[in-house]
Amino acid sequence: MSGKKAFLEGRIKVPYKWYAGETGSRFLSALRDGCELWGTRCPGCGRVYVPAAKNCWECFRPADEWVQVSDTGTVESFTIARRPDEMFGLAPPVVYGLIRLGGAGGSLLHIIGGVNPDDVRVGMQVKAVYAEKRSGRILDIKYFAPLGE
Amino acid sequence: MKMEEVAVVGAGQTVFGFDRKETFEELVFEAATAALSDAGGSIGDIDNIVTVSNDFWDGRTISSMSVMSAAGSWNKDISTVEGDGMFGAVYGMMRTLSGSFDATLVVAHVKGSEGRMNLITNGMFDPIYQRPLGIDATISAALQARCYMERTGAGEEDFARVSVKNHGNGLRNPHAHLGMEITIDDVMRSRKISDPLKLYDCSPVSDGAAAIVLSNRRGLKRFRQKPAWIRGAAYCSDSYTLGYRDLADPRALRAAAQKAYRMAGIANPLKELDAAEVYDAYSYMELMWYEGLGLAAEGKGAELLRSGATETGGELPVNPSGGTLSAHPVLVAGLVRLIEAVLQVRGDAGRRQVPGAKRALAHGINGPCGQCHAVMIVEA
Amino acid sequence: MGRRAAIVGFGQTKGSSSRRDVTGVELINEAVRAALADAGLGIGDIDAVVIGNMDHFEGVNYVDMWSVEGSGGVMKPVFKVTTGGTTGTSVAISAYYHVASGMFDRVLAIGWEKNSESDTTGAIITAYDPFWERPNMAGAIGGLAVDASRYMHDYGATERDGARVTVRERLHALNNPFAHLQQEWMRGKDAVFLVDALVASKENKVLAYPLRMSDMCPRTDAAAALIFAAEGTAEKIAPIPAWVLAVANRHNFVYYGDLDWSRNETLEAAAKKVFATAGIREPLKEVDVCELYLPYSYAGLAWMESIGFCGPGQGPQLLWDGVTDMDGELPVNPSGGVMSSNPIGATGIIRVGEAAIQIMRKAGTRQVGKDVNVAMATGFGGCYWADVMLLGRKKPV
Repeated sequence: MSGKKAFLEGRIKVPYKWYAGETGSRFLSALRDGCELWGTRCPGCGRVYVPAAKNCWECFRPADEWVQVSDTGTVESFTIARRPDEMFGLAPPVVYGLIRLGGAGGSLLHIIGGVNPDDVRVGMQVKAVYAEKRSGRILDIKYFAPLGE
Repeated sequence: MKMEEVAVVGAGQTVFGFDRKETFEELVFEAATAALSDAGGSIGDIDNIVTVSNDFWDGRTISSMSVMSAAGSWNKDISTVEGDGMFGAVYGMMRTLSGSFDATLVVAHVKGSEGRMNLITNGMFDPIYQRPLGIDATISAALQARCYMERTGAGEEDFARVSVKNHGNGLRNPHAHLGMEITIDDVMRSRKISDPLKLYDCSPVSDGAAAIVLSNRRGLKRFRQKPAWIRGAAYCSDSYTLGYRDLADPRALRAAAQKAYRMAGIANPLKELDAAEVYDAYSYMELMWYEGLGLAAEGKGAELLRSGATETGGELPVNPSGGTLSAHPVLVAGLVRLIEAVLQVRGDAGRRQVPGAKRALAHGINGPCGQCHAVMIVEA
Repeated sequence: MGRRAAIVGFGQTKGSSSRRDVTGVELINEAVRAALADAGLGIGDIDAVVIGNMDHFEGVNYVDMWSVEGSGGVMKPVFKVTTGGTTGTSVAISAYYHVASGMFDRVLAIGWEKNSESDTTGAIITAYDPFWERPNMAGAIGGLAVDASRYMHDYGATERDGARVTVRERLHALNNPFAHLQQEWMRGKDAVFLVDALVASKENKVLAYPLRMSDMCPRTDAAAALIFAAEGTAEKIAPIPAWVLAVANRHNFVYYGDLDWSRNETLEAAAKKVFATAGIREPLKEVDVCELYLPYSYAGLAWMESIGFCGPGQGPQLLWDGVTDMDGELPVNPSGGVMSSNPIGATGIIRVGEAAIQIMRKAGTRQVGKDVNVAMATGFGGCYWADVMLLGRKKPV
């Protein structure tokens, strides 16, 4: 018998439908309908979660006070991904950032656009640019772009 | 807790590489057989088994199913941990300590070459808010690397120095996938993947399997190998949401390490440990883990590396095996860290042996950007 | 035997075909809160967390990491155990070893599934070997149908016998506020009448002979959590802790083609082992209540024999005699069982939890009338794999 390596090509193709839940739906609806970013505040530690979280995981209690946060924020970290997986249909390079929005207790992961990737810096101010057609998804924010000059 | 009661009495690993032609079953059988033979025992000496597998990496549901026979589980109690192999070792340890079993076989496998790493690791992230952005393990690691640079002032050359050290060490390890003699310049000039990470800052995707035999005192008489006693073992998870976890602060590792040190009676790990095997999936991680493990003060990881303390021949050689940078079989890699630590304290590490090593540390991680850490201390 | 351990708290969400109002993490949080409330503990009292589900049912990789913000695992030891259908029982068994090892005093065990988020059968098909069995097996139903016809052939059992199991599970489920399927039309009706109705119904379609819709379990969204505690701690938390007497499992098979369809070998072997450990010689007499992972009706016949509650071929007689009904000698599945709720990763946790609350006398409207000193829970999954846990009112010696 020859030592040829037989292989079988396949993919696991299972359709998924992830529910955002009531809390997440409220966050996504406000984004879709009014280009507004809302978070929830923990009554214990006062931390504001964006996207809105139903529970504060540090205090382990419901975070049920809704607060609007700014759609402008500071880049806390970023990376220039030279070749993200082609499945996402993104034109490389793609700049990813952790963006601390005004009023939020942590950073939001998103894409930074409208800028030469080499000019992105930690500490840079960026503002959300919204998609024209919005459908209640995180990509209703097209990307965050540097704030003015 | 009486930690003296469990020992690693056998260890086996395959050669790690890309596109190994064996199936996972065959790799598992190879590793399990090697561990049993290293222990001087046979499958009949094993009371129960823990396998480690992951449905995404294996490309099938209930992926543990495919390795049941290869792990020798017929008519034995068995369970499966999904995550890094170090967590399989932790569960194996629990079962051996429980008094229900005297000897446990733990085996982990992966064929990274059969799947698409970016998509599989994209699956770790929040499906609603993060996955649609196209993020994966390397992109998130790059964000973490930059957070660490911002906090500590460490630079890309410091990361490159880790890569040079570990790939160099890998040359002396016959199981390594990617031992290389390279310079800082080579790393700095290697292809940009996700800034600040370049190709040689990233571990390779490797195939392979590893196994250990654990025994309590009662089980020892079944085996002939010199026991490597587990003196401390602890694990801890940080929070999940990227952006809300302080990526530059390995607080979960600090918590796990401190607990393991207390169990092992270690006050100054840099002095009291003889070798450490840490999970350096990306070069910068090793520096962060130095700090989390208390080997370096906060923000001083790069300084420790530059001092030469963690080089072969230094005060505490870290990753004498070449680490995960030299072979990264996901899910298996943490178990390999433990095996390498065991070989060191037994004096069986061949050309990568740290002379006279008596006490060594092994470290594994789970989740994006090292969310969860496991630490074990072994002693001859 | 290592350090003794007991169950001191149990919480579950109501089974539902689709919990769109919450994410998986939020669903997990509901179950954890319920378990903590049941035990009168706070998350700070928990020393470690172990969790399980099946990856491809929600398509989330590293669920133990993704869920910490709902499970309460932040800055705690957490890992994941997963073994297919047996996941829930394997997680419970793992929590037992967490405690028995002496490493932790209070351990949270969590199982969950949101089957509404994917195509369950599509995912299950990928459990089969991609070369040899995936192209020709059709999810879970095919294997179970083979199992049922073999039993009918061997012992002359009929479709009415299968339907009688369904009727028991459905009637019991009506007492359980957490059960997913609540078939109100059955309430108060005679078992024979209901069996006749199921067998004669045209709407009750055959899926794979002899299995009809009514023979199968549903797809459910739910989460469940258990709290295990060590001897010395357990007695302080719960007035009546449910002590773990013995655990065992057998996951022998890889290929369906290797199974001996005339018996459930793994359940037989695992049951034998727990009975030996706990010193039980006459299971039917000594076990007081069972929560068995019966994913489809015919399992309620053959698997009773595998456990040793009766001899080969005697399953139907036991059933028709009412032995396994609520007021029988050995009530089986007072909760309504898997046929009434099947959130796969949580299903085994629910079996163990439901067995525990019978001992703890917290089962409310589904509490069996007799005294419960020994309760048994099982898990089924993988390639005919079995997990068994035996719980007792008395601390084991």
